[in-house]
Amino acid sequence: MKPRRQFAVGILILVFLASLMANQLAPVSYSHQFRESANAPPSHEFPLGTDDLGRDRLSRLLYGSRISLLLAPVAALIATALAALVGGTAGYLGGWWERVGMGFSDLFMSLPWLFLLLTFRAMLPLNVSPLASVIITFTLLGLLGWAAAARVVCAGARALRNSEFVLQARTHGCGDFRLLIWHVLPPLKPVLYAQFWISIPVFILSEANLGVLGLGVAEPLPSWGNLLRDLENYRAALTSPWLLAPLFLLVLVVACFQTVLPEEDLP
Amino acid sequence: MWVHGYKRLNRHMWLHRIIRHMLIVSATVLFGGFFGATLVRVAPGFGVDEQQLDTRLSNESVQAIRHSRDSERDIFGFYTQYLGGLFRGNLGFSHSLGRPVTQLLAERVPVTFYSVIKGLVGGWLVGLVLALSAAMLRSKTYDFACTLASGFFLCLPSAVLAILFLLIQGPVPLGIGLTVFPKIFRYARNLLVQAYALPHVLTAQSKGLSGGRILFWHVLPLATPQLVALAGASVTVALGAAIPIEVVCDSPGIGQLAWLAALGRDLPVLVVLTILVTVITVLANATADLAISALRHRPS
Repeated sequence: MKPRRQFAVGILILVFLASLMANQLAPVSYSHQFRESANAPPSHEFPLGTDDLGRDRLSRLLYGSRISLLLAPVAALIATALAALVGGTAGYLGGWWERVGMGFSDLFMSLPWLFLLLTFRAMLPLNVSPLASVIITFTLLGLLGWAAAARVVCAGARALRNSEFVLQARTHGCGDFRLLIWHVLPPLKPVLYAQFWISIPVFILSEANLGVLGLGVAEPLPSWGNLLRDLENYRAALTSPWLLAPLFLLVLVVACFQTVLPEEDLP
Repeated sequence: MWVHGYKRLNRHMWLHRIIRHMLIVSATVLFGGFFGATLVRVAPGFGVDEQQLDTRLSNESVQAIRHSRDSERDIFGFYTQYLGGLFRGNLGFSHSLGRPVTQLLAERVPVTFYSVIKGLVGGWLVGLVLALSAAMLRSKTYDFACTLASGFFLCLPSAVLAILFLLIQGPVPLGIGLTVFPKIFRYARNLLVQAYALPHVLTAQSKGLSGGRILFWHVLPLATPQLVALAGASVTVALGAAIPIEVVCDSPGIGQLAWLAALGRDLPVLVVLTILVTVITVLANATADLAISALRHRPS
């Protein structure tokens, strides 16, 4: 592995561990308010200061990283599983199955999914709980982001359809479902793995965009998206550079994900 | 018909291709609109209006607000009614903005159209020039600097990019251009580097052909079909970036309209916008596809 990639993997592991250990590392709970210290600058007590509701920014950043970093891979897993199912079935069965599957993925790719996401997210009940908003946001990201990956998986499955080991398994009476699960999809693991890794930064950025627009994870739960909303007061960000900490962490993590991927796998 | 080894498409085949694309466009539009409307209809908060929470309103007023949206509850009914209206040029009425959707679109579509076009042209120019220079110069330092710059913009959410633009009072198209350029650069660079490494290009270089001749005669013809396909896909990227950028920069385009409609739970506006953006995306991809066919089947 190239040193650059090793470095990126190291940073990702560090950030991931820090977010997992938010309970231990965070000075206080993400929703605890210090009403007398609203908008406080960094100090020994609050290393990244406090927000306008008096909540510790470092604690919110650590808990927010946990939400974004744990749920973006879950969304990527949903998207990759759907891509494997639709693309693998279409590519392996061929004929009309392939036409229908790929037609469906073409249709899905043509849909403006940010518009759909925005729409669906805004149609949630007014009293939706923060936890439900997190789950719904990331599940939607996963359900809408499978189409491009399905095309790649379909091409791979098509290439394997008439390979010798598949024909041999078929002559031994192996059924289509078993063939697909045990013989066609396993050789496509590198493709699925690459698609999974490509999807994670895409979903992190999508959640960040939704968060800035006020349609991502609901307060008081923190996520990188809603932490970035503080930047809307950009004049304050100029005089208080610690407000840029969530942005710095987001750019760092997304850059690390881009670096970890081999260049030939990048879209 | 084969001319100099290339299959030349005759008029009948072109017609067939164009009709096929038009059928795909129609199917996608119908499906896109229906999918968008269904998604909104099945969302658990459908029909809930913030106005209903106003304590100053009487029970009768709240009921009246609820009944005003009865026609939208039956999704098939709503969609059929909507399609009928569409053929008569009636795109519905926006509940949240209190104006006909046609009027809103007439005001806002040109704003987004010019922003997206300018952004796309700018993004493509910067991305392609950097990719070409990186592939031709083959300087590791230059390539690293370009990759770093594009990587930085690739890692920034477009909404944050828009906030940075507010800071420098930058125009909206530049924001869209900066969202598009890293994707163009990365894809075009890889494509051109691969083309420059092909044996016949290396032979041409060793025989002393000029850089321009190699580029225009041996490299670009290979890369053009894929770049055209990328051009179709970049329209989707630009339209997606327009939403957060227009919202943050307060630009009155359809991106901002989508956001306002989403906040106001405005089904007619959202369905029209979904269909409109789907049409633009599919048309861009169909045009790119036809252009690729024309390029691949041109006589030598």
